[in-house]
Amino acid sequence: MAIQLKINGETKEVNADADTPLLWVIRDELNMTGTKFGCGVASCGSCTVHIDGQPQRSCVFPVSAVGEAEVTTIEAVSTPQAKAVQAAWQELDVVQCGYCQSGQIMSAIGLLSSNAKPSDEDIDAYMGGNACRCATYQRIRAAIHRASDMLEA
Amino acid sequence: MKTSMNRRNFLKTTGAISASLVVGFNTSGALAASDSGAQTDTLSNAFNPFVMIDDSGVVTVLTKHFEMGQGTTTGLTTLVAEEMDLDWSQVKVGFAPSHDDYKNLAFGGQGTGGSTAIGNSYTQYRQAGAAARDMLVRAAADAWGVEADSVSMSEGILSSGDNKGSIGDFVKAAAALKPVAEPALKSMADFKLIGKDKLPRKDSFAKTTGTATFAMDVKVPNMVYVTILRSPKFGGTLKSFEAGDAASVNGFVDAKALPNKAGVAIYANSTWAAIKARKSITAEWDDSGADARGTAEMVSEYTDKLNADPTYDVTGKGDLAAVEKAAASAEKSVSADFMFPLLAHAPMEPLNCVIEPTAEGGLRLHDGCQFPMITHPTLAAIAELPPEKVEIETYYAGGSFGRRANGASDYHVEAIMAYLALGGTKAVKLVWTREDDLAGGFYRPMSAQRATISIGDDGKIANWAHRTVAQSIFKGGPLEGMAVHEGVDHFSVEGIVDTPYQLPMSIGLTDYESPMPVLWWRSVGHSQSGYTMEVLMDMAAEAAGADPVEFRLAHLDESVEDQARFAGVLKLAAEKSGWDGKPMKGKGRGIAVHKSFNSYVAEVIEVSVNDKGAISIDKATCAVDCGIAVNPDVVRAQLEGALGYGLGAIMRNQVTMTDGVVDQKNFPDYEPLRITDMPDVEVHIVESELAPSGVGEPGLPPAGPALANAIYAATGKRITKLPLESNGVTFA
Ligand code: FES
Ligand code: FES
Repeated sequence: MAIQLKINGETKEVNADADTPLLWVIRDELNMTGTKFGCGVASCGSCTVHIDGQPQRSCVFPVSAVGEAEVTTIEAVSTPQAKAVQAAWQELDVVQCGYCQSGQIMSAIGLLSSNAKPSDEDIDAYMGGNACRCATYQRIRAAIHRASDMLEA
Repeated sequence: MKTSMNRRNFLKTTGAISASLVVGFNTSGALAASDSGAQTDTLSNAFNPFVMIDDSGVVTVLTKHFEMGQGTTTGLTTLVAEEMDLDWSQVKVGFAPSHDDYKNLAFGGQGTGGSTAIGNSYTQYRQAGAAARDMLVRAAADAWGVEADSVSMSEGILSSGDNKGSIGDFVKAAAALKPVAEPALKSMADFKLIGKDKLPRKDSFAKTTGTATFAMDVKVPNMVYVTILRSPKFGGTLKSFEAGDAASVNGFVDAKALPNKAGVAIYANSTWAAIKARKSITAEWDDSGADARGTAEMVSEYTDKLNADPTYDVTGKGDLAAVEKAAASAEKSVSADFMFPLLAHAPMEPLNCVIEPTAEGGLRLHDGCQFPMITHPTLAAIAELPPEKVEIETYYAGGSFGRRANGASDYHVEAIMAYLALGGTKAVKLVWTREDDLAGGFYRPMSAQRATISIGDDGKIANWAHRTVAQSIFKGGPLEGMAVHEGVDHFSVEGIVDTPYQLPMSIGLTDYESPMPVLWWRSVGHSQSGYTMEVLMDMAAEAAGADPVEFRLAHLDESVEDQARFAGVLKLAAEKSGWDGKPMKGKGRGIAVHKSFNSYVAEVIEVSVNDKGAISIDKATCAVDCGIAVNPDVVRAQLEGALGYGLGAIMRNQVTMTDGVVDQKNFPDYEPLRITDMPDVEVHIVESELAPSGVGEPGLPPAGPALANAIYAATGKRITKLPLESNGVTFA
């Protein structure tokens, strides 16, 4: 079926079954490949996108459930929190293989957008669903603190 | 294993056509150079480009190794940039094509693994950079009519007296010169980039903006997506299948038996349709050659083999049982049995690749390709193509931990089978799901080990009898000749037989056989031997009534370089962690040290126990001696990552089987280390002038035993059967 999708500031018409996970529409139909597939069952966070600003696991989010909401992917995040998170990630060279990092970054932006000064415990609680097989967690924590400082400055 | 590719084509496709000076090595390993044509040097010999400089002065380094996160794109680029005195932002990086002459000098074919990337490239990439620099300097000297030694080059600018110009201005003239055979390399004292802290990673920007391309992101024209329905049991083959109502799935294209009967290929117009349609397919399998054992049976078979006389007398000392008996009857002795589970690698990017037909009647593989030396000839053989008709385009790989380096090229073989089954005219993109990954075999093998150790009157180890039962990784594979000697797969006993400790060891080995495919997993045999050795050293220290650090040092002779480096990291980690050997209330500290891949790593882990008895891993202090640390921050990152990867596995991971079928379905059943588990990690790097050795794996082996020893210190629980959680340990 034809579905109108508001994504990254544009409205796109896509052809997909109602139950198709948003992830696959974004990747295969819209060719935005920054959002990753890691597990398909909401347990790794690689596929995290923002729906009306809230981080969501797109691998279990049916495209038909998006409705009028705005979808934002890693390719288009641009809030001050997003810029700070990306800058902090680059400054501290968080990435290793990088495959989980779009999802980590989307979650971290979500965290800083709701909690400008998170503690280590806040970070662990919020980021617990984003797995990184390369175990870059120590730098993820540090980069979130760094981004928080950048935003404050 | 001769593979070759049309190098002119490669340069065309990489868009490097404006490159004007190309420097590399020819088939005999000599430096060669040419202008942008690049398929031949001035002597008309074909050569492989390592460094390309265009007329705007931009330098591109071609890495012969792939990037799975270990930092090679940054590391190899640093080597060239150092010798050319470039500004870091002036250097770009690209992946070399598949070609035999891009050999890993440590294994004689193109491939990445064994923590060898920096070590084997260290001189080669510096030579390429130094040769390019020398040619540019000579070209400028000619143009200005000055002596070459009056010309200096820095940050892409050549100058001599009042003469000044960008390197881009001289690439054309330089390309007409011949490279010297042995360009002078910088001395360590002159290094500006090698060893510089916080040189930014080359892949950070792309990987933080969603613009890094992984094979999973590749889409080519006329492409279908493929999933495979595989036998639930290892060794099962396809008898027949029913497509059911797969055709009712929107986007379903076709389903076909793979020509090698390994499964059914499901073709569709999107990944999701291929995943969904697979659920409708039912297959009948011929299980006559399949493994139907469950984990309990496997464990009991391992135990039986452990109890029987070993097949191989690894140390050539004769009757192991007699040594054990003598050791066990000593006044002070220690003995323990260890059992290690199967482990999956579970790289974050599920396995996948794309195969497409080329205009020349060949095929092109798009892949995060770790072993072109195996994959290239394998694809050529199956497709019945001459090797030069096969091309491999390499992308960032979303982790590997050993999984993508596969002597059987397993997922590539699936892809080429699916491609051929469809007629070889349409591109196919093979996608594995996480379920496929966890059930897909090629696990770190199980291992059962037993040690019996006696302590002499001098408080030192008097005898150490060790038996190991493991499924050989290398036997029957393409690297067997390198690894197996007189029946002994070295990788089954590495880290024990070659320990730097001075220990009187007697070692026996028995192979375990199974149709289940096994594979190297980050640090290979060291992932188990690090654990046994360092838990045993702690047990022995306790039996001897000695401090664990002092006891270890007593078994090292620091006048021998190898042992001095081993002792060096041990002391450094102890010092930096504030090791004092005293018990702490509600807490515990454990130490472990291990040498692997020619690097030395010691780790101290501190845990605390909460009122419910659950463990928190609070802190890890690591010390590493890997020779010259080319990129110290990458070294730190690899130590942090290897420690975390190792801890997660030791805490709670295992692949188990019921009647030959894998029990774990997806991440919830094979829970990865989470941010909540990750301790604060501190990494200390030993200053060194020795040649660099690897860092991708050596951080792993000490992590498990340091944690186990810390848990013992905190709780008195000595765990020798992994994972820790299956022994009643809980983590907060
Ligand atoms: S792919 Fe969505 S959470 Fe893993
Ligand atoms: S960086 Fe590799 S999985 Fe996170």
